Amino acid sequence: MSSVADDLHHDEHHDHKPAGIMRWLLTTNHKDIGTLYLWFAFIMFLVGGAMAMVIRAELFQPGLQIVEPNFFNQMTTVHGLIMVFGAVMPAFTGLANWMVPLMIGAPDMALPRMNNWSFWILPGAFLILLSSLFLEGGGPNFGWTFYAPLSTTFSNDSTALFVFSVHIMGISSIMGAINVIVTIFNMRAPGMTWMKMPMFVWTWLITAFLLIAVMPVLAGAVTMVLTDKYFGTSFFDAAGGGDPVMFQHIFWFFGHPEVYIMILPAFGIISHIVPTFSRKRLFGYSSMVYATASIALLSFIVWAHHMFTTGMPLFAEMFFMFATMLISVPTGVKVFNWVATMWRGSISYEMPMMFALAFIVLFTIGGFSGLMLAITPVDFQYHDTYFVVAHFHYVLVTGAVFSIMAAVYYWLPKWCGKMYDVTLAKWHFWCSMISVNLLFFPMHFVGLAGMPRRIPDYALQFADFNKWISIGGFAFGLSQLIFLALVIKASRKIGEPATAQVWDGAEGLEWEVPSPAPYHTFETPPEVK
Amino acid sequence: MGKGVLTAICATLASSVAVAERSDINLRKGVTDISEQVYGLHMTIFYICVVIGVLVFGAMLYAMIFHRKSKGAKPANFHESVKVEVAWTIVPFLILVGMAVPAAKTLIAMEDTTEADVTILVTGSQWKWHYKYMDHEVDYFSLLATQQEQITNKFDKGENYLLEVDRPLVIPTGQKVRFLITSDDVIHSWWVPDFAIKKDANPGFINEAWTKVNEPGLYRGQCAELCGKDHGFMPVVVIAKEPAEYERWIAEQEQKQLKAKEKEQKMLAMNMEMEELMDVGKQVYQSACAACHMPNGEGLPGVFPALKGSDVALNDMPKHIDVVVNGVPGTAMQAFAKQLSLKELAAVITYERNAWGNDTGETVQAKDVNALITGN
Repeated sequence: MSSVADDLHHDEHHDHKPAGIMRWLLTTNHKDIGTLYLWFAFIMFLVGGAMAMVIRAELFQPGLQIVEPNFFNQMTTVHGLIMVFGAVMPAFTGLANWMVPLMIGAPDMALPRMNNWSFWILPGAFLILLSSLFLEGGGPNFGWTFYAPLSTTFSNDSTALFVFSVHIMGISSIMGAINVIVTIFNMRAPGMTWMKMPMFVWTWLITAFLLIAVMPVLAGAVTMVLTDKYFGTSFFDAAGGGDPVMFQHIFWFFGHPEVYIMILPAFGIISHIVPTFSRKRLFGYSSMVYATASIALLSFIVWAHHMFTTGMPLFAEMFFMFATMLISVPTGVKVFNWVATMWRGSISYEMPMMFALAFIVLFTIGGFSGLMLAITPVDFQYHDTYFVVAHFHYVLVTGAVFSIMAAVYYWLPKWCGKMYDVTLAKWHFWCSMISVNLLFFPMHFVGLAGMPRRIPDYALQFADFNKWISIGGFAFGLSQLIFLALVIKASRKIGEPATAQVWDGAEGLEWEVPSPAPYHTFETPPEVK
Repeated sequence: MGKGVLTAICATLASSVAVAERSDINLRKGVTDISEQVYGLHMTIFYICVVIGVLVFGAMLYAMIFHRKSKGAKPANFHESVKVEVAWTIVPFLILVGMAVPAAKTLIAMEDTTEADVTILVTGSQWKWHYKYMDHEVDYFSLLATQQEQITNKFDKGENYLLEVDRPLVIPTGQKVRFLITSDDVIHSWWVPDFAIKKDANPGFINEAWTKVNEPGLYRGQCAELCGKDHGFMPVVVIAKEPAEYERWIAEQEQKQLKAKEKEQKMLAMNMEMEELMDVGKQVYQSACAACHMPNGEGLPGVFPALKGSDVALNDMPKHIDVVVNGVPGTAMQAFAKQLSLKELAAVITYERNAWGNDTGETVQAKDVNALITGN
């Protein structure tokens, strides 16, 4: 036993990492892999953002100016796929890789080689997806939801590449999820019982179970699209005894838990940042855990609220309306708990807190529009309009993406050992905050007034708002370059040195290791009291 | 087919009837009892959200201002309270129950399509709507009427840019009109905001919806489900007329369709000149074919095949006629037999065989097309 401890101690001084590119290709270190995931997500965020810029440029004024409708559809499709599977999900996986072992006092993830593999197949998947745009006829143009038969009989041959790349993304996600579960179940430091686990670890554990449950469903859906298109099956073709609406049931059985996959880790992040900068313990820790679990369970029985207009039986419409409304109860509990945490705290406004506060307000606005969308008779009016676009960008951009930015500001000093550039951070926050609302808030108005989504050209009554939306879009896109500059600066070790504690109100094992966190941490497990 | 005259009549009618009230920032009340109920539900849930928002954000703002560290605030020690937590679980739940009851009532009324006075079959296809009156011998296609030049910014855009069609759907006021909604190809969605109807058109399945419009008027909507390249260019226009006026209109349409069929039979004996075929053919091509095969006949490589220089358009005439008339199953190529008259079919096929350097010099006559359709 003592010789093992000696070996581990020995390793601490010799990191055993090859230099240059091979370090990154062969790494099994959770911090390296976390860094890779985060950079990959950031690059994909910029690529997907560039596509959003194309969309907003075309919609700047009525008429067709810049792109053809077919290319416009490719942009909306690939923008959606990249932001969901390339930006938000890998960013959360990156944060899990970095932070879960540090938070539970584990030396690394449980399955380090699989960890390497789950990251390194991702760039390939997105290379395949992006290269399909350059094929004759272009890439996927049927929306990220790829409804059949638009994606089967009526799609071009790049569909095969789309299917293949989604398969790879799914495999990567499942491997990442298995790793998180195995790590959390087996490698918690002695004394860290379930109800002492940090909220980020809890939310990620639940997220990982969601991923394992639904990514295979997505794989099934794309496989059926593949065989319908190329091998003569008729899963989604009424002429052969299939049903195009069945596609939507399968897709959204994946798709709805998927939106919680993209928001539960965000809840975890916010549940760390708010207490730190309120200098007060998280209010209602156990109700937070139960609320997260209830949201995850409910997420499996609400999928058809994406499909109210498909002509479901009345009973089904009622069931999915009530179940969906129910989700706002545990979600409300979370928001109330955050506000109660701040109540009579000692609040300061460092950048992670600024983003967390923006998250709480703007995510809640997205939650409100979500509650409105749950009301089936009214959803008939909202469905497939810009109101929906406004809703899911409020929960995904000012929700998920803002939480990721909050997390980066919160933990960057721990990762790099340097404080971020406060001036740049302030510019980034205020530019993003103003532009993102200019971008997404008027979408509520044009949506209610009747503008359908996924159209390259629109009626004249929507022209004024669309101009402002586009200006907001360009400004939000450019604001992220400030963030890029800030992250590059910190990762090149420029800035004030950070202490191990970094934030005076921060609690948790990750603040007990030095900043920057050494290559190997917690080789001897810490004791949690 | 007298399309021009019809469009002119519709346009005059349109200008004489009331246009429904609409807002630039909010849902519209619409013109049916149901749409008003829907609007009421929308405003109720909106105000509920506003009240909750004011309370939550108010509390948050209060803490942000008065519990600041820089003001010397010392953190309190509480971190749970069963009473409060139970309260903010139960109260929202009760609010939701209060909301669910009226929503369910409206929903039940919306889904009751029984005892309809008029039934119309609505069929979507890439990228147009087809309306068939089930109780009359009347059916027609409804296509975007906005000129291509407006879309490509060569002409100024008209007031109803992208929301105008050549032949609107006409329904009676004060009667329950049932829509049977389906599709010939991909999924479309038939949406008229003023009726609070949005229903998907699923290929191979039929959905139902209904409306009872109170006031005569002209109501505009759009396809609401991504259906391919020209999804943004398939509007819906509905004119609601007083029942007596509607009856006159439908009788007139029945007569017209009958006469058109008779005229078509007479046409079979005649041969048209190349010049006339090319003129008509070009017009038909622009409205029916150019969306996919492009005005220059080059198609979209990898998506829609080119006609310029294609083997079918240059050589195999029977196959050419067959493809246009019957379509190609399992592809986006529709069957145009029902969409175009024999004369139009003959003209457009002639046009495709002689335009853009496809110089076959061959004409196709109405009787050639008819021969293929009837199998003679």
